[in-house]
Parts: sequence; structure tokens; C-alpha cells
Amino acid sequence: MDWFEDWPQYFEALNNFSERLIDGLLTTIQLTLLGGALAFVVAVVLGLMAGSPSLWVRGPARVIIEFFRGISLLVLLFWMVYVLPLFWMANPGLPGEDFVRNNFLIGITALGINYGAYGAEAVRASLTTVSKGQWEATTALSMSWPHKMRRIIFPQAWALMIPSLTNLWVHLLKGSAIVYILPGINDLTFELDNLRRPTDIWFSHAFVGLVSYFILALILTLFMQILEARAKHKLGRGPSLREILSPDPKAAPPDAAVPVQQDAAQAKEGK
Amino acid sequence: MSNMTSPHQLLAGEIDAPSEEPPGATFWDWEFAWEILPDMLMAFLQVTLLVTVMGTIIAAVLGLIIAILIMVLPKPLAWIVRWTANFIRMTPIVVQLLLLFWAFLWMDAITIGVIVFGVHYATYMSEVYRAGIESVPKGQWEATTALSMSAVRTWRKVVIPQALRSTIPSLGNYAISMFKDTPFLYAIGAAEMVTLAVSDIGGNTFRYNEPVTIAGLIFLAASYPTALLVNRLEKRLAYAH
Repeated sequence: MDWFEDWPQYFEALNNFSERLIDGLLTTIQLTLLGGALAFVVAVVLGLMAGSPSLWVRGPARVIIEFFRGISLLVLLFWMVYVLPLFWMANPGLPGEDFVRNNFLIGITALGINYGAYGAEAVRASLTTVSKGQWEATTALSMSWPHKMRRIIFPQAWALMIPSLTNLWVHLLKGSAIVYILPGINDLTFELDNLRRPTDIWFSHAFVGLVSYFILALILTLFMQILEARAKHKLGRGPSLREILSPDPKAAPPDAAVPVQQDAAQAKEGK
Repeated sequence: MSNMTSPHQLLAGEIDAPSEEPPGATFWDWEFAWEILPDMLMAFLQVTLLVTVMGTIIAAVLGLIIAILIMVLPKPLAWIVRWTANFIRMTPIVVQLLLLFWAFLWMDAITIGVIVFGVHYATYMSEVYRAGIESVPKGQWEATTALSMSAVRTWRKVVIPQALRSTIPSLGNYAISMFKDTPFLYAIGAAEMVTLAVSDIGGNTFRYNEPVTIAGLIFLAASYPTALLVNRLEKRLAYAH
């Protein structure tokens, strides 16, 4: 076992490289956050369109969703890098050339569209899971479409869709590793791959990289769980964050199924 | 004077440009597309499908083993298995491929691919199996105790057959998902369809439009009908319950 004899050397190499690894980690975080934000916007817009009763709205959304779900992320990425610029080569002076030449933006867009199309399915599915009575009530109150979405339907669907969105966001984080193949994106995977060249102690370094990704994924999951607890509490279906985090066991009911009225009363008292 | 061409005349379009077109001048070349199609389909069948099928088999079997181990093993060991599975599931396939590829250079890139995809998706499948096993009614377990069945017999004849039924659509979905992840093999240079399209065909001819677009269309043509099929299966199984 060389590793046990040579371990100081490994840590030294890792230490010498740490600045670049941290830069890479920051790039990966940027890709994940910006790609995730774009994916969320794409998911909500396409999901709302796909849940529409009108075929003229639903049809295009379905085609877009199935198209971007069906082609692989890497194919989309290569297509955007190699084929998209041809349109600008054929018609020089077309607006948006800076975008096409910027690999970082290309990477974010590919991640956002690909995972956004998956997310749209989650958004649509959770919209249909909101109970029918709620939809009927909004019609009975003749609420406008933006009003009922913002106030009634979406907050309920939001609590339902968070777990699938969490999974997708972790998928996006993992998918962002492949973007390192584009020149000009020095993310964590790229820096790890660089570390392989000057040193032949690849295994332990790649493991450090895997652990970094794992910790990032755990942080994302924790953040989304907090969001979910908050969304559920707002609907009166669970304890508030303060109750969950409080050290006093009486204040935090272990059972999430608190009766709605009691919960609402607590919320009033709190305010 | 008249038989001399000046750049101004060329720009103004008064004289025909040189007849030989620079590479990449035509946007889409059907002849070229037909020429590369057989190679791409071969790569698709020989590598992409092979990795997907082998990976799915490993995922289906190993996933079940992980799920059962987590339920059967004593707590500290089960905890180790569970968090190892979580670790594999929550880290990028690309880095896992790179790690194994450069650590075991004597191994073939495709073998590495099969192992990584199989193990990665096994951790997903183990969650599905766990849900399936938990959905087996408690009365079934009690009945096996009442009949004093051995543990092995209980799992093999009572629990697993009931648990597996509802997991088939998920296995299908993960197989499709794995199929769409196979281009990640590009990172370790396996002769997979997208690698062939970009590195070999695109790199040698400087024509990227046809190979990349064809690769995308092949992916669409293969994954969309399969997804529809899995959806129908899911609905049928749901009604049967």
C-alpha cells in the first residue's frame, strides 16, 4: 500500500493546488446556481403551459418538453457549441453573437433548458395534484388566472413539487460536471482533471473532488428541505421552521400532521 | 484591364467566387449525412446500447442486493451501506468515470462505463426496491412467520415477487435515463456514438452539423417511444393493482 507511506506528499500536492481547486469549486457553484435558476424559470413557464386546457398552448409546450428531455444533455451541449455558431457564420451581423461565443453562458443555457424540461413535468404533475375543489373554488370566486395561480394554486403545488425539484437540482449539479469539456470553463472537474497530469496520485484527488460534490449536493438538499418545511407551514400543514429548530421538544410537534385549525391559531398568536 | 480581377469586383459580386467551396460552406450536406449514418448507427448499437443494457442488468441486480442488505444487515453496517450508496448517487457520473478510468488504466473504457453506470443506477434502483419492499403488506410478513418459513424462502417466494412488480416501470425510466447519460463516456474517450460524431467525424472533416444533429435525432427516436411504452406499462400496472 503506497498510499499509507506517501500520504504527506499527497496532501502537499493537494495543498499546492488548493487555490485552483477552490476556484473550480466556485465555478461549479455558479453553474449550479445560475443553471438552476434558468431551469426553474423554464420549468415553471413550460409546466404552466403544459397544464393549460387549450391545445394551442399545451401542444407547443409538450413538443418542447419532449424534445429537450429526449436528446441527451451532451448532445445539446455539442449542438450549441458546434452547430449554433454556423447560423452566425452564415448571416454575419445577427444579434447575440457574444452569447454564442461565450461557453460559460452556453453551458448554463444547456443545463437550464435540459433540466428545465424535466422540471416542467414535475410542475405540471403537481399542478394536477392540487385538489379539484380548489380549482373550482377559484372559478366560483371568478378569480383572474394570475390571481388564482399566485394566491391559491401555485402555493399548494409548490409544496408538492419541491421534492422532485430537489432531485433535479442535484442532477443538475452532477450534470454540470460534463460542462468541463468546453474550453474556457474551469470548473471543479476541469481542475481535478488537470491535477491528474502533473501528479500520478489521481485516485485520492478525484476522491477529494467527489467528496466536494457530495457536500454541495447535501447542502442543496438541506436548503430545499428548509424551503419545503416553510412552504408546508404556510399552508398550515406542518410546524414552522422555528418550531422545528427550537430545542424545546414541546414547541416542536413531532407529527407533521398538525390539525389545521390549531396551527392557524398558533400562527395568529405568533403574530 | 478587364481580365484582371480586383477584390472590389469580388466583393460587389460582379465575378463568380472561386468554384471550390471552402469546407463548412454548405450548412447541411445530405450526401455527407448519408455517408456517416451507417457508422453512427453501428456505434450506437455496439457501444451505446451495449452499455445501456449491461448497465441496466447490473443496476437491477445490484440495486436489489443493496436494498435487501440495508434491511437485513445490523444497524451500523446497514448505515455504512446506505451512506456509501448515497455518496455514489449524489456525485457526478463524469467524475466517477474519470476516477476509475485513470485509476485502472488496464481496463477498457467501455468496461469502466458499464461498471460506473451499473453501480450508479443501482443506488437509484435500491431506493425504488426499498419502497417496493415497504409496500408489501405487513400481513404477508406475519403469514410467513406463522407458516415458519425460512428467511430465504420468505424473501424469495413472498416478498420479492410482490415488491418487484411495482418497480418495473421505474427500472424502465432509469434505463432511459442511463441511455441518455451514455454520452458522458466522451470524457474517457470510449468509442461511443457522440464521441464518434464529435471527435472522429467532426474532428476529421470539420463538419459538425450533420453528425451532432444525427446523434440528437437518434437519441430522440430511441428514447421517446421507449418512454411512451414505459408510461403505458406504468398505467397498466397501476390499474391492475
